[in-house]
Amino acid sequence: MFVFSNDDLMKKLVGIITSVFLFSNVFAQTKITGTVNDNKNKPLAGVSISILNTYDGATSDVNGKFFITTNEQGAFIIEAKMLGYKSASQNISLNKNEIKIDFILKEEVSELKAVTVTAGSFEAGDKKRVATVLTALDVYTTGGANGDITSAIKTLPGTQQVGEQEGLFVRGGAGYETKQMIDGMVVNNPFYSGSPDIATRGRFAPGLFKGNIFSTGGYSALYGQALSSVLLLESIDLPNRSEASASISSVFVGAGFQHLAKNKKSSYGINYGYTNLLPYFAVIKQKPDYFTLPEFHNADANFRIKTKRGGMIKYYTNFSANKMGLRNVDIDSSLLKDAFTLKNNFWYNNVSYKENLGKGWKSLLGFSYSTNNDIIQTDIQNQNNQSVTTGIHYIDDKKIALNSQQDLTVLRGVLEKRISGISTVRFGSEYWYSFNKYLYNNNFTSTIKDHYTAIFAETDLYITNQLAFKAGGRFEYSSMMKARNIAPRLALAYKTGNNAQMSIAFGEFYQKPEVLQIMNYNNGVHQTGYTKATHYLINYIKNTSLQTFRVEAFYKKYNNLIKTFPDTNNTGNGYAQGFELFWRDKKTFKNIDYWISYSYLDTKRDFLNYPTTLQPTFATPHTLSVVTKTFVTKWKTGFNFTYNFATGRPYYNIAFNNNTNKYEILDEGKTISLHNLGFSLNYLPNLGKQNAKTFIVLVASVTNVLNSNLIYNYRYSYNGLNKVAVTPPAKQFFFIGCFLSWGVDKTQDAINNNL
Amino acid sequence: MKQLLIAFALLFSTAIFAQSDKYMSAMKANIQQMKDAKTNEENIAVIQKFERIAEAEKTQWLPYYYAAMLKATMAIISQEDNKDALADEATTTLDKADALSKNNSEILCIRSLIATAKMLVNPQARYMEFGMLINKYINEAKKADANNPRPYYLEASNIFNTPKQFGGGCEKSKPIAEKALQLYNSFKPENEIAPNWGKENIEQILKACN
Repeated sequence: MFVFSNDDLMKKLVGIITSVFLFSNVFAQTKITGTVNDNKNKPLAGVSISILNTYDGATSDVNGKFFITTNEQGAFIIEAKMLGYKSASQNISLNKNEIKIDFILKEEVSELKAVTVTAGSFEAGDKKRVATVLTALDVYTTGGANGDITSAIKTLPGTQQVGEQEGLFVRGGAGYETKQMIDGMVVNNPFYSGSPDIATRGRFAPGLFKGNIFSTGGYSALYGQALSSVLLLESIDLPNRSEASASISSVFVGAGFQHLAKNKKSSYGINYGYTNLLPYFAVIKQKPDYFTLPEFHNADANFRIKTKRGGMIKYYTNFSANKMGLRNVDIDSSLLKDAFTLKNNFWYNNVSYKENLGKGWKSLLGFSYSTNNDIIQTDIQNQNNQSVTTGIHYIDDKKIALNSQQDLTVLRGVLEKRISGISTVRFGSEYWYSFNKYLYNNNFTSTIKDHYTAIFAETDLYITNQLAFKAGGRFEYSSMMKARNIAPRLALAYKTGNNAQMSIAFGEFYQKPEVLQIMNYNNGVHQTGYTKATHYLINYIKNTSLQTFRVEAFYKKYNNLIKTFPDTNNTGNGYAQGFELFWRDKKTFKNIDYWISYSYLDTKRDFLNYPTTLQPTFATPHTLSVVTKTFVTKWKTGFNFTYNFATGRPYYNIAFNNNTNKYEILDEGKTISLHNLGFSLNYLPNLGKQNAKTFIVLVASVTNVLNSNLIYNYRYSYNGLNKVAVTPPAKQFFFIGCFLSWGVDKTQDAINNNL
Repeated sequence: MKQLLIAFALLFSTAIFAQSDKYMSAMKANIQQMKDAKTNEENIAVIQKFERIAEAEKTQWLPYYYAAMLKATMAIISQEDNKDALADEATTTLDKADALSKNNSEILCIRSLIATAKMLVNPQARYMEFGMLINKYINEAKKADANNPRPYYLEASNIFNTPKQFGGGCEKSKPIAEKALQLYNSFKPENEIAPNWGKENIEQILKACN
């Protein structure tokens, strides 16, 4: 029993007790040492080792070693943790005795580190780390592309520089073997209707899409009905702000408005554009004689709603109407002219609903409907532009009146579920109803309907961060062909090093024949089956955010291609093989972003009326593209160059020999090589002016700067004596435009501040 | 007896004081280490120390705040391909600070820093989205505490570092930097470990702009 008589004593006591307390602490220190390794027994640096619920711990060094001293006493948990690894912990008892603990951390499969299956595909957009290649901004700033997605994609490997037909000609495939999908749903007539031998632009502006995946082969089981390639376009979500815009250029005027709700949960927008080539053709002489100047009306509208659970409902519609009429000298008689007129109406609708269902489930539902009507007339005219009938069958046969209608309805649903880690399963179904009606010379009608159904499933399996599989399959049935098929797809990716990986892929792809190839003019179509391609690919990619190197080799086998002679059937076949290189670099030269694509292609096929197996007219062995972009801040101006080169393509005069009753090659040759240097310039005068209410972009561009001869193909007269080069209507295309936008709120300042 | 009670009470309060003193001194030491850290390894070690304190204390937002700030800074200065990953880590840590202290002007400043790191991954493609976020957080930080100089510092610094052609430069930065300095001069941090950074940088900006 203690009795304290004065404060001094008490103070002393407090002092003693306190110092004893501190003293005991000093002597209670425990040392903990150890190492941290990964499951391959490699030391891990930077791991945080903590005695839980205390401040004490350490960070492992380059040898995975750590050292902790602690004053704590008793039972604790010691934990080792690092991002990308599963944490490990142990119970310890701190009692002054030195403790030695070794940890082994198992790597977690994570989206950031895991390998991605990249065989065959170029992915663009901001969200993905791997193979970010071509964004909307890239499309707008690719010299010579004039803001056309397809033109910009033609600077990527695997594509051909075909200028006389629209579409992407990929790895020996025809243009119709590449399909465009918007939010997973196939688009009919994605290009404007035009006249023969002149490629038209795509109908959809690059700015509508937040990203795109261009697959040159071996694509996912989620998509089908494209023998060569798919271009997957993913529409944007809510805009960043409300905005009004207007544009005026050498060929069009336009205006638009988009409104973002105050709560930033919904938006709507409308745009209208009018294109008329009258002023342009008045200045720049064209080879054909345009008696109806090309004129286009284009309107689109959209709304987007963000749902409570973070999902998204989107609607987009596009309506366009265009007409044109042009004359060329008739190939069979220089005294006659071919007159071509076209009227087109097109309406496209796309509704999609993406939702998070919770517990790792996601759904994507979609509906699209499009209708396209072309009224085409070709006439034979004399020197006074009057319609004539010659009595010569092969000339009079060119007089055609065609009224065609193509409708397509697509319903699609996909469910996605995370199974473990980042491994995912996707499955779903789609239904297409296509209705095609052709009225020939006001006489023959052909109505072709098809109900197409597909069921598909796919899984992305991540075994480790280094190894992943993508396996899937697709079952398809078409009522038109009364035929079903099963298309397996398989891909494997292996990480070979830091930022480097290899992929291989295999897949079988089926496509319904083009209606026009199997049309039976009495009615309907000839009974045929699917055309088929089998792809094998191997690819290697090394990339960082500023540089991408990619090499890919492929072999593609074509079976059951459509032959139109002697009968319409599926006996055609062919192959394509080759390799491609791609290099993009934003690092080496300051402020310069450039890429180089090279494609080697060896392909032959026997299809349509080919008398034998031939290199098709749309394929050439060597294609090279060099694209450079630079922005000079001082001048607020971007300069963009694109150089496309392709070796000559074959051309044939395939004619019917009445004596042998067979098609024969009467003449053949190769076109000259193609050189096309495109240039564009963007000037942003108000860039960074904080008080500027108007944001202005001035664009000037020219294709074929060097004015080279562009010859795509040759056409022959009936008697084979006259051979005419297929060339663009003018060697060059010039464009000057001014794009204005007005932000409805002040956020433009933010953008400028932080550019 | 009374005195005995006083003695125990004193002893007990010393222990309490020792506990919060331990927090203060550990934080002070870490803040000093944060200022001294030069290499990536040193930064990581300091971040982990802050995180240990945060996890042990459970109710203090400041250690999470400093860990997130360092992660955001690392994301901004990183020359490697890990800006996005670091910025995401910073967000995860900052969310924990935010859960302990809502609508905190200092935390909003770090959100703006993280958005800056995100934008720098690919300024051309991302300035629309993240440029807006940077300023949104700065404005929210100003609103949350009108006397906090740091949102003004960040704004002045962003403009200062933006090329003149893009609406940046001294002329536009200076008035905001002056406002920031004025606030710094009247700013009294709550205690020794409360956020108290940026004044030197503002002085540098003002020096460069004079």
